[in-house]
Amino acid sequence: MNDTTNNPREHLAAPIRKIGAIAWLRENLFNTWYNSVLTILTLAVLWMIVPPLFSWAFINSLWDSSAEACRDIDGACWSIIPRNVKFIFLGFYPTGQEWRPILAMLLLLGLVFYSKERKRWKKALGWYWSIGLIVMGTLMYGGIFGMPIVEPAQWSGLPLTLMLSFFGIVAAYPLGVLLALGRRSRLPAIKTLCVVYIEMIRGVPLISLLFMSSVMFPLFLPEGVTIDKVLRAQAAIIFFTAAYIAEVVRGGLQAMPRGQYEAADSLGLNYRQTMRLVILPQALKIVIPPSVGILLSAFKDTSLVVIIALYDILKTTKVTLSNPKWTGYSTEAYVFLAVLYFIFCYGMSSYSRRLEKELHTGR
Amino acid sequence: MKLVKLVALTLSLTLMMVGFAYAGKDLDAVKKKGFLQAGVNGGVFGFGMPDEKGVWRGLDVDTARAIAAAIFGDADKIKYTPLTAQQRFTALQSGEIDVLTRNATRTLTRETQLGLNFVTVNYYDGQGFMVPKKLGIKSAKELDGATVCVLPGTTTEQNAADYFRNNNMKMNPVVIESTSELAKTFFAGRCDVLTSDASQLAGTRAIAPNPKDYEILPEIISKEPLAPAVRQGDDNFRDVVDFSVMAMINAEELGITSKNVDQMLKSKDPVIKRFLGVIPGNGKALGLDERWAYNIIKQVGNYGEVFERNVGVNTTLGLKRGLNALWTHGGLMYSVPFK
Repeated sequence: MNDTTNNPREHLAAPIRKIGAIAWLRENLFNTWYNSVLTILTLAVLWMIVPPLFSWAFINSLWDSSAEACRDIDGACWSIIPRNVKFIFLGFYPTGQEWRPILAMLLLLGLVFYSKERKRWKKALGWYWSIGLIVMGTLMYGGIFGMPIVEPAQWSGLPLTLMLSFFGIVAAYPLGVLLALGRRSRLPAIKTLCVVYIEMIRGVPLISLLFMSSVMFPLFLPEGVTIDKVLRAQAAIIFFTAAYIAEVVRGGLQAMPRGQYEAADSLGLNYRQTMRLVILPQALKIVIPPSVGILLSAFKDTSLVVIIALYDILKTTKVTLSNPKWTGYSTEAYVFLAVLYFIFCYGMSSYSRRLEKELHTGR
Repeated sequence: MKLVKLVALTLSLTLMMVGFAYAGKDLDAVKKKGFLQAGVNGGVFGFGMPDEKGVWRGLDVDTARAIAAAIFGDADKIKYTPLTAQQRFTALQSGEIDVLTRNATRTLTRETQLGLNFVTVNYYDGQGFMVPKKLGIKSAKELDGATVCVLPGTTTEQNAADYFRNNNMKMNPVVIESTSELAKTFFAGRCDVLTSDASQLAGTRAIAPNPKDYEILPEIISKEPLAPAVRQGDDNFRDVVDFSVMAMINAEELGITSKNVDQMLKSKDPVIKRFLGVIPGNGKALGLDERWAYNIIKQVGNYGEVFERNVGVNTTLGLKRGLNALWTHGGLMYSVPFK
């Protein structure tokens, strides 16, 4: 007797090979012979890499020990970070005053976080930022409320990285927009000036700009006048980023159909109104993805100040590594830095994606 | 209106960071400023490097502190500017720093074309060789046919090649770009010899899996006299810097240390009395307080103390005095008379 012949077909469970994990595997990983080979090869490679890496990073590793203890283990010596945490993060900031840069950084991150929501983009936000920046500056510099003065030369580590990138980005963006508008201007003098500026800056690498600002520039200053090294590097970063932003924004401006300009003209708007109300809002929206790309690379480029002996977080880590005690643990230190940079960059790029979605008006 | 305010705010913030450092023609300018601006190396352990807490340490740093102690009677009246090799001389020429204590080798062109004035040497360095002990090599003359780990593009590579050629030996260079990679390669046994400045070799040996397995050979094949430097046209200040370094050496010759300097004030020896300013004269001649040398020794120490504290046998670097011993002990450290 065969009962199954009488059962309606639809009551049968689907064959195990058509559903669930196995089916997915067959469908995606073993659907052809070469895919099967590739899958097996990949698994083999993963098997060779992941377990040793895992045991290096987590099982055989030390998280808070002396450098001497690290000599005897095979795994990672993460201790290099906690044992040098003050210098890596804050550099030369005087001991006992650490709360000041920490508070300033928290304030900055808090403000950035608060500004995320577009509905908060109002006049009040501008005031919050102005007050916030003044408070941050006061915290870092001191001089009042019994806080001893800490000169900019001593600002180092993460605060310096954040400062160089934040001001680099914030100041470069408007400058870049102005340059882009200038490059499309009908006034020959302005146009030439902008073209020369943009092409000159884009024609040299950031490293050479930093070198000029730190090595050549002081020789041009009148005798006895010095400008802080940090400020010179900051200016170089701003000028460099602005030139790149300008070209990106120009791309956005050129993508605007003539109709938009003509519509604005026919409404009787003058040049400034046309730009502010019609052209720029649309153009800047189009160029969000490339400008975020530039901002991300500007953030990462701040680490180049290493070569002019500014102690950003990369340099403080490198200095820690030149201590013979810790020299052997460069891998751990650089992995840590990579993670840190990734967190900041990923935050920026995911925010830009959200902004793009929110501003999408379906044009 | 808003824009004007913004511009004004930016300008005033900028001006806050613009310093008017009248690093002038003489000592008085530094005195008026109230602190010494010293250019240092930022990342050479034992010579000039911040520690875990961000406090500057090293032989060069202590030399700068000695100068500050001589001028102000306070070794802490000093600010440090970390400089790269490219920046260091410009920083001095442009007046960004007052004195350069950053393991710079004194050479003829630097002294003449760059307009610098080097003073007494505070560390005699030179290129050397390190070998694994198990090879049983006792002298660099036995290195014929050796594979040599060396950094590319430096005078180090050239010096080593010259040395091998002059001694009719064959050399197989293994050229590796970064210092830490070079060390790892050497410890892994890919080359027989590692060559670099002797002070660097000691630092490299310190990070070996087992430092006792390696030996630095006695031959030094190049001369690297490292000395502090000042700008030209500032002779009084040059003298102050020069004699600050010399005072540390002289104190060691006289057996004065930071521990016993207070008792030494009561010494009957006229040489010591003159040196420490009990018999006045030296201070006035330099334009300093009569206690200037006392302040250096009290706050920083004599040369031997500074050497042992930063790079000596009990530190991670574990350097022997060698050329940097007093002349009375077979070294080159020699002070002119303080009278």
